Amino acid sequence: MNSAVEKQIRILGHKDFKSDYKPVWCAGCGDFGVLNALTKAMAALELEPENVAMIAGIGCSSRIPAYTTVYGFHGVHGRALPLAAGLAVSRPELTVIATGGDGDGFSIGGNHFLHACRRNVNMTYLVMDNSVYGMTKGQASPTTECDWTGSKLSPQGTHQPPLQPLELALAARAPFIARAFSNSPNELARIMTEAIEFEGFAFVQILSPCITFRPEQLGWKKRVHEGFEPTDDRAAAFAALSDDDGFTTGILYRAPRPAFRPDQRDRVDIETIEKHFEVRS
Amino acid sequence: MPSDSLSLALIGSGGAGVMTAGQTLLDAAATSGYYGLMTRATGPQIRGGEAAAILRLSTRPVECQDDRLDLLVALDWNKAERFADELILDDDSLVIADPGQGEIPDWIHDSGARLEEVPFDALTKEVRGARANSIAVGLVGELIGLEATNVEATVQRILQNKGAKLIDAALASLKLGQVAAGDLSVPARLAAEPEQDEPRWLITGNEAAGLGAVRGGVRFCAAYPITPSTEIQEWLAAHLPEFGGCLVQAEDELASINMCLGASFGGTPAMTATSGPGFSLMVEALGLATQAEIPVVVVDVMRGGPSTGIPTRSEQADLDIAVHGAHGDAPRLVLAPNSIGDCVTTTQWAVHLAEALQTPAVVLSDQRLGQARAAIAPPPSCDWKAQRKLAKADLNDYRRFADAEDGVSPMALPGTAGGEYTATGLSHMESARPSASGMDHKRQLDKRRRKFEQFDFGQNWADIDGDGEVVVLTWGSTTQPAREAVARMRALGQEIRLVSIRLLSPLKVDALDEALTACQRLLIVEQSHGGQFHRYLRSHIELPASTHLLASPGPLNIGPGDIVAAIEKLTHEEAA
Repeated sequence: MNSAVEKQIRILGHKDFKSDYKPVWCAGCGDFGVLNALTKAMAALELEPENVAMIAGIGCSSRIPAYTTVYGFHGVHGRALPLAAGLAVSRPELTVIATGGDGDGFSIGGNHFLHACRRNVNMTYLVMDNSVYGMTKGQASPTTECDWTGSKLSPQGTHQPPLQPLELALAARAPFIARAFSNSPNELARIMTEAIEFEGFAFVQILSPCITFRPEQLGWKKRVHEGFEPTDDRAAAFAALSDDDGFTTGILYRAPRPAFRPDQRDRVDIETIEKHFEVRS
Repeated sequence: MPSDSLSLALIGSGGAGVMTAGQTLLDAAATSGYYGLMTRATGPQIRGGEAAAILRLSTRPVECQDDRLDLLVALDWNKAERFADELILDDDSLVIADPGQGEIPDWIHDSGARLEEVPFDALTKEVRGARANSIAVGLVGELIGLEATNVEATVQRILQNKGAKLIDAALASLKLGQVAAGDLSVPARLAAEPEQDEPRWLITGNEAAGLGAVRGGVRFCAAYPITPSTEIQEWLAAHLPEFGGCLVQAEDELASINMCLGASFGGTPAMTATSGPGFSLMVEALGLATQAEIPVVVVDVMRGGPSTGIPTRSEQADLDIAVHGAHGDAPRLVLAPNSIGDCVTTTQWAVHLAEALQTPAVVLSDQRLGQARAAIAPPPSCDWKAQRKLAKADLNDYRRFADAEDGVSPMALPGTAGGEYTATGLSHMESARPSASGMDHKRQLDKRRRKFEQFDFGQNWADIDGDGEVVVLTWGSTTQPAREAVARMRALGQEIRLVSIRLLSPLKVDALDEALTACQRLLIVEQSHGGQFHRYLRSHIELPASTHLLASPGPLNIGPGDIVAAIEKLTHEEAA
């Protein structure tokens, strides 16, 4: 695929964005749908694999970069967003997509999520949310319902209300906020495409069922419904969230603002800098 | 009597301006061609509280404070007792105090120092806008023999953006001080300034580390403010954009180091600066940098620990975590500058090494180096640059972690067609594909170890001076007092060898063995309570039977006199 000849006729299909690695995911995992939609979105956007980087932390969904043919970085738990920000700020010409799960993004990496929303570095953040820790075999995550007793770690439930990622993103000033469902491939690919094209920090919560530890999530199919209409009015977006049952999909909020741009200065050479340290009579 | 080195301190309440006064004196002395050093001692208060500017001015290079003061100027006595352990006075010292500021503290009386009075506060009433700290500058400059025109020019330079009114008042204050000096006599004046073939540099260790980073090619920094490293971050924030780079203020140290790894993954040489608590948070990501072979530099400006410790004071107690702070087998580069000027060179070298070996490098500076301002000879220029072995485009069967003979495999950067791979913290195959196989795991561990075994680190691993049978072995900031102690012993006719290790990891065991050839008695000097350096050396080499340890925790710095005493003690013991 990467020979010089083929490069000239590089119209890539979505399969060209899939690596030959066999995912660690269980059969029926929602993340397969996410991988499919993402490769479709990348093909539709005619991205070049070498100019895309997928950055992830730890967890089932964080394995996704290696299942694509783009550059990837599978870092430590919870730090996908700062890894991605460092890359995107220093290489602004790249398409940078951070990915991960609800534990990685909202628990161990929760602080980075808030500041990534504020900082508004030009990148996309796809969170595959299944309200459970899959890789460690089924513990409650920040988005788990408080009465879920399916884990030996919280046998009487979590005693805490689930986190609301979209509300958080809105409060922290993310300029692009959406929710999608792994089982609605067309809508998911469309939202991903818009998120990647968006100039700034674009956050998509993707409901992605865990067939193994939360089999009841198979029922999400019946509960998910389209409904968000994109708005650039924060009050309207908050109002939409106050009516949200957690299964409304679509782009909730899209309010472009200048993406993060580091300080700029006129270039100087090192000798000029060093002169500042000199003293003589 | 002229002296080739003078030590003095200015103390006063925070806001009294003793730091500005100290810096003015240092800068004026440097303008005249003297060498010097100013260290700052302050209370924990953000504003206000007590402050001391401790200076040493000399006709020859000096980078540590003396064991005692020739002169102490007290603008007031607010909480001055806090400095009693640090400001050592004796019969030969002179203390100048304002009689309007109340009782002279007992520790001053008890020191035997001569006392003189100058009514700083009353003098300020004589000229509109006059300030006691500027009067003190004029007084001290006159007493020790600094060229008045250089002092005036320095004041004008420091205040250049503050308006004519303020400058005029400051110059008038200088005059008041110069006049007040009239009847006083100091124990010693500075000897005539040295011949100057090159300009002096006025620089702090933290600025020097920033400069070294930029010289080496660092173009990205992400950092979270922490004492005493913040000045590195501030310097880089100002200057990285001038080289097309940038600094991002991160939300915490976890983000700082990971942002740096992201930038470096993209091919931009990256560095962060922190201190102990922040370094502790970065340890996990340093393991990732080792495993995923991403170059990155972390400057840890050490302070007293553990935990929050003593944020504003120095200690050399992060050696353990710098060398060993990672889970798994994760050898890494650890370097330490041994002077303020060397903060430039060693940081630059660290960038070069990290990039060449595709691995993390830790630079262990400390508060003693970082926040001291020195008048020094310009640091040598050297051509260490960030040069990473890169994969070229249109690769066939690219293997990111190919089992290269020297352990360093070509790295493909995003944008390189055919080089697409996923960097990972998982154990992996040569292709970067995750693997739990023992064979793959060991192959990559071997590969990463070979980097350190096969690279030619050259002569910079240590500074070795002299060839006596008594050896002083140290590292980092304690090198400067050790240097001075050795010089004093030599002046007495005893040849002492000094070995200061710059490359702490990987330790150049054979070279160190050679450096200790014919060593009869060894003195290890370090600013730590647990003797971390001593323990580290013992884990690598057989030390001479007669090995002694001078290890003490901060916040009081080990001085040249402490080291002289330790050398004399071990020489004595041996003779007995």
